[in-house]
Amino acid sequence: MAFTAFSTPTSTAAEPAVRKRSWIALVLLLPGILYLLLFFIAPLISLIFTSFQQPVIDGDIGQYSAGFQWQNYTDAVGQYLPLIFRAFGYAILATVFALVISYPMAYFIGVKMRRWPLAQSLLLTLVIAPFFISFLLRTLAWKQIFSDEGPVVPVLKALSVLPTDGHITGTPFAVVFGLTYNFIPFMTLPLYAVLERMDVRYIEAGADLYASPWTTFRKVTIPLSMPGIVSGTLLTFIPAAGDYINASNDFLGSSQTSMVGNAIEANFLVLQNYPIAAALSIVLMAVILIIVGIYVRRAGTEDLI
Amino acid sequence: MPAGPRRRSRIRFRGLGLPIYTALALIFLLIPIAYTFVFSFNNSGKLNIAWQGFTLDKWTHVCDAQGVCEAFTNSIIVGVVATVLATALGTAIAIALVRYRFRARSLISLLLFLPMATPEVVLGAGLAAQFLSLGVNKGLGTIIIAHTMFCISFVVVTVKARVSSLDPALEEAGRDLYGSAAAVFWRITFPLLVPGIAAAALLSFALSFDDFIITNFNSGAVDTFPKFIYIAAARGIPAEANVIASAVFILAIVIVVVAQVTRAARAKRLARLH
Repeated sequence: MAFTAFSTPTSTAAEPAVRKRSWIALVLLLPGILYLLLFFIAPLISLIFTSFQQPVIDGDIGQYSAGFQWQNYTDAVGQYLPLIFRAFGYAILATVFALVISYPMAYFIGVKMRRWPLAQSLLLTLVIAPFFISFLLRTLAWKQIFSDEGPVVPVLKALSVLPTDGHITGTPFAVVFGLTYNFIPFMTLPLYAVLERMDVRYIEAGADLYASPWTTFRKVTIPLSMPGIVSGTLLTFIPAAGDYINASNDFLGSSQTSMVGNAIEANFLVLQNYPIAAALSIVLMAVILIIVGIYVRRAGTEDLI
Repeated sequence: MPAGPRRRSRIRFRGLGLPIYTALALIFLLIPIAYTFVFSFNNSGKLNIAWQGFTLDKWTHVCDAQGVCEAFTNSIIVGVVATVLATALGTAIAIALVRYRFRARSLISLLLFLPMATPEVVLGAGLAAQFLSLGVNKGLGTIIIAHTMFCISFVVVTVKARVSSLDPALEEAGRDLYGSAAAVFWRITFPLLVPGIAAAALLSFALSFDDFIITNFNSGAVDTFPKFIYIAAARGIPAEANVIASAVFILAIVIVVVAQVTRAARAKRLARLH
């Protein structure tokens, strides 16, 4: 399954015999690798060049020429620092919430339902069901449910949980809620993939050795499911940090909840300020790579792909 | 209170806690889907917000809402072409990675891992910056290029899992029976890989069909279905969009469930044979 992408357990299957004819390997690899070099690596390089461009003197909006404007970075970070912090703050919160919601569910489906394989796979289908319907429409559905005229706000106001002039949409709560909701399947699938294969005899051994269920969970289940936790948190954290749908005005957010993705979109597609958008993209990418690098090393799953 | 009954009730609660938690989490996941489905029957005008009565009109006249069917058609075209390209390129890479040893291996693994670790907004902005500097006009072609790019890695991971689980003895048997390399591949290896390739293709199509962020940066004036929704969100989504999304959802669920039920039935039959 693709969702174990970030931490394939070290080769369990027998390594097949090495074949000598490496020209076949070359023929198989070349088209795909060239494609990625052309449309993934080259664009990243082009993004770096764009981030140093300077405006053309007396040029139109959106006209830039090659340059070495470090200032683009200081401008971008200076102007959008709160949005950068917000993006990572929201993404971390959403990742934690998604893990808390997903883990027991993945454990139940992956471990407790083993005796009923058909029910197990049908429950898993319910987990991935959101993939089959546009995520923009799902997010808009939450917007309607949480709108001032929707079913939730009046109830919360009657219960005095929300002040009479309060809203849910447009708040950080709504954005983190939306991010959590949208990425739960990405969290649950890798957790499931690991828990489903976990040998439950280890858990029984913990109980036999008089460990409390909590201790067994902490010392046995969690370490055994670590590869799933790492893949799931990465598959949630990375897209959540770059997301700009949930935080956008037309969806669950407001100008108070804008994330760095919103700034990249606005600068690139609306303001045509390509160098600032490119600089922000590079900063986002760099921070993510640093965080992921530290995290993966800490979690001890360095065997990527 | 005596200790006995209290203890028992706690045990009973513990046994039920996990299924109840799972049920609540699943309901949570399904609420917006149910909402989208219900509101596809809303007898609404341009704005599909308040409930205005039940109607089947939106289902029978899907294309009445301006642009929605064109956007849907574009999404299908992009999804099919990008899936075919990404599946072909990715499957070849997956076979090479499992079956051959070569020097640049770890570099290639990194090249395949990075697109999955890059936020969509960076992938989208990067390609858009490149198209801009090359003076390429954005349209269906650039969307297909972008979707193929981000699907390749997912295809490689999915097919690779299948290739590494193949029993090399099957291919050896083919060679022992004097099958040529090509015959062994096309008559033995490839048919065994088909389930993995099919799963990869389905995943690619699903990723492409629902992609918005990368599309938004590289589509120019062309609308895909998600982009149509994004643009319409500012002024209100027509119920016809809910109809299309619900229909696609039902079709996908039916395919998956039928596949699972047949697989379970076959597993049962095999178990009885043994």
